[in-house]
Amino acid sequence: MAEAALEALSLRKDFGPKTAVRDLTLSVPRGEVFGFLGPNGAGKTTSVKMLLGLVHASAGRGRLLGRPVGEARARARVGYLPEHFAFHEWLRGRELLRFHGRLLGLRGSSLEAGIEALLHRVELSEAADRCLQEYSKGMKQRLGLAQALLGEPELVFLDEPTSGLDPLGRLLVRDVIRDLKARGTSVFLNSHLLSEVEVTCDRVAFVRDGRVVREMTLGATERGLEVELRLDRAPPAILEGLRRFGSDVREEQGRIRLRVEGEERLPEMSLWLAAQGVGLYHLAACRRSLEDVFLEVVG
Amino acid sequence: MRAVLTIAHLTLAEARRRRILAAALLLGTAFVFLFAVAFHFIARDVRAHAPATEQRFILSLVVMAALYAANFLIVMTSVLVTVDTLAGEIGSGVIEALCTKPVPRFAVALGKWLGCWVIFALYASLLCGGVLAVARLAGGYTPPNASRGLPLLFLEGTVLLTLALAGGTRLSTLANGITVFGLYGLAFVGGWMEQIGTAAGNAPARYIGIAASLVVPSESLWQLAAHHMQPPIVRDLGIGPFAGASVPSPAMVVWAAVYVLVTLGVALRLFETRDL
Repeated sequence: MAEAALEALSLRKDFGPKTAVRDLTLSVPRGEVFGFLGPNGAGKTTSVKMLLGLVHASAGRGRLLGRPVGEARARARVGYLPEHFAFHEWLRGRELLRFHGRLLGLRGSSLEAGIEALLHRVELSEAADRCLQEYSKGMKQRLGLAQALLGEPELVFLDEPTSGLDPLGRLLVRDVIRDLKARGTSVFLNSHLLSEVEVTCDRVAFVRDGRVVREMTLGATERGLEVELRLDRAPPAILEGLRRFGSDVREEQGRIRLRVEGEERLPEMSLWLAAQGVGLYHLAACRRSLEDVFLEVVG
Repeated sequence: MRAVLTIAHLTLAEARRRRILAAALLLGTAFVFLFAVAFHFIARDVRAHAPATEQRFILSLVVMAALYAANFLIVMTSVLVTVDTLAGEIGSGVIEALCTKPVPRFAVALGKWLGCWVIFALYASLLCGGVLAVARLAGGYTPPNASRGLPLLFLEGTVLLTLALAGGTRLSTLANGITVFGLYGLAFVGGWMEQIGTAAGNAPARYIGIAASLVVPSESLWQLAAHHMQPPIVRDLGIGPFAGASVPSPAMVVWAAVYVLVTLGVALRLFETRDL
């Protein structure tokens, strides 16, 4: 089995008496787009910084592309777009990429060709020779993205990559992530925009109070279906009986709602209701949004 | 090593682009020019009216006064150039994108130290070289032992520059500046206490001064440089801004060199172990 792009085992970070990350245990296979979700203050950015060696772990261990976290060589094939994107404002766009490329060990024509391609990819070719202090927030964000993609990394960390972008910029980031996935690059996406995560990620982890509380694959049955029923009557025995088909059975505004694992449960449920002599006037099922799951897990 | 040079190059490029280098070199040139004009008139007057021994005495005083001022400017510049280089980038978050590249953190700090040192060395060379060139060309005077004295001024600036880098690994820019200038002030006062204590035969004052010089050897290096670069006749005048009652031991030079290496090592270690 191929080595994971990223592995963390019981990583912990204490800042004095305060614990920012209690237990970060996760594994991201190569080629996967992984979403890292949680409310503000859950320890997401500290977790990313620990994995990148910016913050020293108080306990636990981790590996990036097979090398121990914190080792400089572990970052040789890793790209990073920080949350609070800050670069040397006095540099020109092209100069910034050249400088960061050199730190990656890139030189000469291959570096220059890579820079041109990336500037084109993030739609900054025309602004490449302007100073960063003349860039808008969105332009800086896109340049930061280009910086993170220098040297064709095998693993890219994107911390809130769309926070400063307009809808077109967000689409661009989405396309870039799709390109990365198509190329087999692993992406670790830290974002508050659940709709973005929903359309780009293969799998997500939810973090709460510095701990990974749930991991799930997107698009599969794990999220389940939210089912809404309208019956001619709903005595307690019927509500109790519906629990065999799903969970979280409740009555709201004259309708019964429950959560079922998959749509294959729906025909047998309607048959059971009919057998109980209950009239079924309405049955609707929809896949739960990531936001629903987010609120359930960390809310 | 390549990463160190890349970071040093970036530091120099920043100094150039943000007009730090231009301001330093322009005002350094203005300093030398002002000294040249004044020295020209003084030398012309002295040559016309004073006997040869007195000429040498007066010119050496003027040159030492210029080197004293240059020394002060060099000290200030060595600290100001370095005080923000790490502290500012840590505070703004700029350092994050650098330290997630596959380069060890010590290379980032060492590259910044090297870049700042080159800026400081250019400035110090302009000031000291300018003063010596003017003295030679306009007055036909060259201070004795300049080749021994000037490296001590460079070492003094290097001590303070390295302290500013070390402080910048853990302190904010402003706190770092206050700390390093405060330490320089301790050394300055300590140097004077050593001189006064020696002249007055007061051993405790002298020892306190020496202890302050061990904590920060900057003032001792200036006093030793001044001692080397004055003619014996001026040294014999005793206490004054340029000639002291107590001459620092040559061992202080060795201590200062070790001090730079240890402080640099501590700075790299502090930067390596901190969270960003």
